[in-house]
Amino acid sequence: MVVSERRLAIPNNPIAGILLAIPGYFAGVWLGTLFGLTDDQNTGVILGYLLATVAFLAGVGFLNYPLERLFGWQVIPITDPAENRGIGRFFRLSLDHKVIGIQYMVTILLMLLFGGIGAMLIRTSLRPFGNYLVPLMIGARRMAFPRLEALSFWVVPPAAIILAAATFWGGFPTGWTGYPPLSEQAGQGMNSYIVGFALIAVALVTSGVNMLATIIGLRAPGMTWTRLPMFVWGIFTTSILGLLAAPVLAAALIMLAMDRTVNTTFFVASNGGSNYLWENLFWFFGHPEVYIFILPAFGIIMEIVPHFARKPLWGYRTGVVGLFGVALLSWFVWQHHLFVSGIAPVLRPFYMLSTELISIPTGIIFLVTLGTLWRARVWFTVPMLFCLGFLFNFLIGGISGVYLSDVPTDVTLHGSYFSMAHFHYTIMGGEIFALMAAAYYWLPKMTGKMLSPMLGRIHFWWMFIAFNSTFFPLFIVGLLNMPRRVSSYNPALVGLNRWVTISAYFLFGSMVLFAANLIYSWFFVARPALANPWHARSLEWQVPTPVPARNFDRVPVIVAGPYDYGLPNARPVADLGGIVGVTGGG
Amino acid sequence: MVRLLIIWVILSAFGIVAALQLNYPPYDQSIQGQDQASTLKLLTVLATPVFIGVVMMILYAAIYFRRTVPELVDGPPMLGNTPVQIAWVAISAILVLFLAVVGIATLSSENVAQAVGQPGRAIGQSGGQTGSGTAGGSGSELHVQVIAQQWYFTYRYGDYGGVETTHLYLPLDRPVELHVTSLDIIHSFWAYELGVKADANPGVDNIFHVTPQKTGSFQVRCAELCGLWHGHMADSSGQVVSQSDFDTWIAGQQADFNTIGKVVPSYAPYYFPEPKLKAG
Repeated sequence: MVVSERRLAIPNNPIAGILLAIPGYFAGVWLGTLFGLTDDQNTGVILGYLLATVAFLAGVGFLNYPLERLFGWQVIPITDPAENRGIGRFFRLSLDHKVIGIQYMVTILLMLLFGGIGAMLIRTSLRPFGNYLVPLMIGARRMAFPRLEALSFWVVPPAAIILAAATFWGGFPTGWTGYPPLSEQAGQGMNSYIVGFALIAVALVTSGVNMLATIIGLRAPGMTWTRLPMFVWGIFTTSILGLLAAPVLAAALIMLAMDRTVNTTFFVASNGGSNYLWENLFWFFGHPEVYIFILPAFGIIMEIVPHFARKPLWGYRTGVVGLFGVALLSWFVWQHHLFVSGIAPVLRPFYMLSTELISIPTGIIFLVTLGTLWRARVWFTVPMLFCLGFLFNFLIGGISGVYLSDVPTDVTLHGSYFSMAHFHYTIMGGEIFALMAAAYYWLPKMTGKMLSPMLGRIHFWWMFIAFNSTFFPLFIVGLLNMPRRVSSYNPALVGLNRWVTISAYFLFGSMVLFAANLIYSWFFVARPALANPWHARSLEWQVPTPVPARNFDRVPVIVAGPYDYGLPNARPVADLGGIVGVTGGG
Repeated sequence: MVRLLIIWVILSAFGIVAALQLNYPPYDQSIQGQDQASTLKLLTVLATPVFIGVVMMILYAAIYFRRTVPELVDGPPMLGNTPVQIAWVAISAILVLFLAVVGIATLSSENVAQAVGQPGRAIGQSGGQTGSGTAGGSGSELHVQVIAQQWYFTYRYGDYGGVETTHLYLPLDRPVELHVTSLDIIHSFWAYELGVKADANPGVDNIFHVTPQKTGSFQVRCAELCGLWHGHMADSSGQVVSQSDFDTWIAGQQADFNTIGKVVPSYAPYYFPEPKLKAG
């Protein structure tokens, strides 16, 4: 085959992406105005967002490779990570999973900084660790599909911008559930919801399939399923959920977009549609979605605790069964969001039972963690503190979930502050505490700088107390008749609500302290991280810090499990073929 | 270990006694509300020892399994204990199944059986049991239609000629069948003290049963985000009154309604006002 000498001249950086996205948006609006059926601009705005996103991705460089192959031009490889160690690699399309992990991390931190949309995109907050760590932990040099991995990151900035743009259109009045007909009544801000969430669905599917292929296909020799670190198991199960649940959301969003633009009536009761269709599709996605949050968090807790307890994971196989149990049951519970919506009464006992059953695999996660702590020699580091905080918070979150799963009590508690307190205990008290544990544990490997443990301890106690002070009163407020999402409420509850507001500011203060710790530890008192500061056995700590561009000089051979602490004759976890690492902690 | 167990039993006993002392919402203004309150109490009583036990284990590990020497030492290599794991799973399974059985029993007891909504009839079918228009005696079930719209509720009494009112009055000790529907988007009819919550869906007749057993006022508010003034879609003007007071009140309402009844659509299971597609 003759390879043409012609080269494609599309640049590949985000500035070109933005320069292309702006005309893309206006082209979409123009098309929508030409062909739109209604005069409310919805068609134009949705087309504008979509074309802007495609143009942005083209500008970043996603079209270069397929076009080069299509026309037989010379393929220009994206710079090999080994050659490119400059700071600029973080601002370009990169196929190195470690660069993508850092890109993700910074994007998430920026979103958290800008507040509101951070809450929407929190679902992606454990992704950076997955991208960065999974190949390292399984002994691979890259993800199975690096281009797909880059895509699953690069759709997130447009999604964030599009969601933020809703502010200028008056926001979307429905909250994240987007129930029609309210979402059909809503103004142009709703279009941001549709396109932004659809892009996130794309990211969930692409990263899900990529993670599964990587974990199944690229494990190093000797990395058997029973030697797989628990964090990888957490990512594995969450990827199954993401891959299968996100298309349902995408389908529902397409129906909603069609209702709003081309006058279909999927959700319009007076013309034969039904809002129950949306409620079922949304929660069929939405309930696995909340386990997409929490499964990596379970993985993080079961991963970190053995390393600081200096004991093998107590019941490895049981823990894996627990993760899969949660993942499986999460498909059979979605109608507990609809107990009072008017669904068929005969369905309610089933969904009550299936929801309560989830507490069994969740209890297994607690058992495995507490069993690992039992008679241990606990090294009380900051990640360990956050793990214990997670256990306490998630215990309250889990128990309050049983209250909501019981139909008679759910009649009073549904849609009240009680349910809001419940899911904040699981998502913020659970997932975010696990995120903090992961940050203090793995950031030294990712950035090469230790975080200050003194500030970390203050951060933990401040956040733990402020979190509980903010959200525990909400259980009481909910029981005392306050519904969610209201601006006026029972005057008797003013005192408690003020307490919560003040606590929420303190909670925000703890986040500021975390940011201060990052800045202090990275730029002012930079303590370089050793290759293995925690003396952990697992594979990611056996490579030097900073991690070499190719991860491993040659493919490592895994010869032992990651948690074999204290076992007589325990071998180091892997034969790394003579590169300079550190020996395992055993 | 035995010492731990004793402490756990003592703390749990105190916790359970405390949990039994509390007064649980939604209290006792209706039979259904009372059932919900007792379920809430049962859940709290069961949750107390679980919560105390797990917190004790976390604290015990944090205090007594702390490393005491400066250098890193490994703990005993315990890989798991099958009987303990089986016992843990069995105990949690028994608790969960017990809760499910109790929940289903409460659900299927006569009072709550139809308490939460029934699915709406398909569009085009007739409205069924409510459209009789005949006044029921004090023993029979009262049919009240709850109509939600942005941003208030109105009520139609099917047994009293479809009279429409802006306040909800219910007679004491008489079973009430609420038919909840919406004119525009999804709302949720929440009468807190009565233990009633039912979504109001356009084109759907969502049925909820309640039997008030104490006179007094109750609050009514919307519990499903419904747009700009959702927070103000609330009042505390609901009243449970004696049957004779109710008869007096409804007669007054019927007299008022005679003058405007001609312009109000005739009584139906649900309504589709114009404009059909978009209310906003």
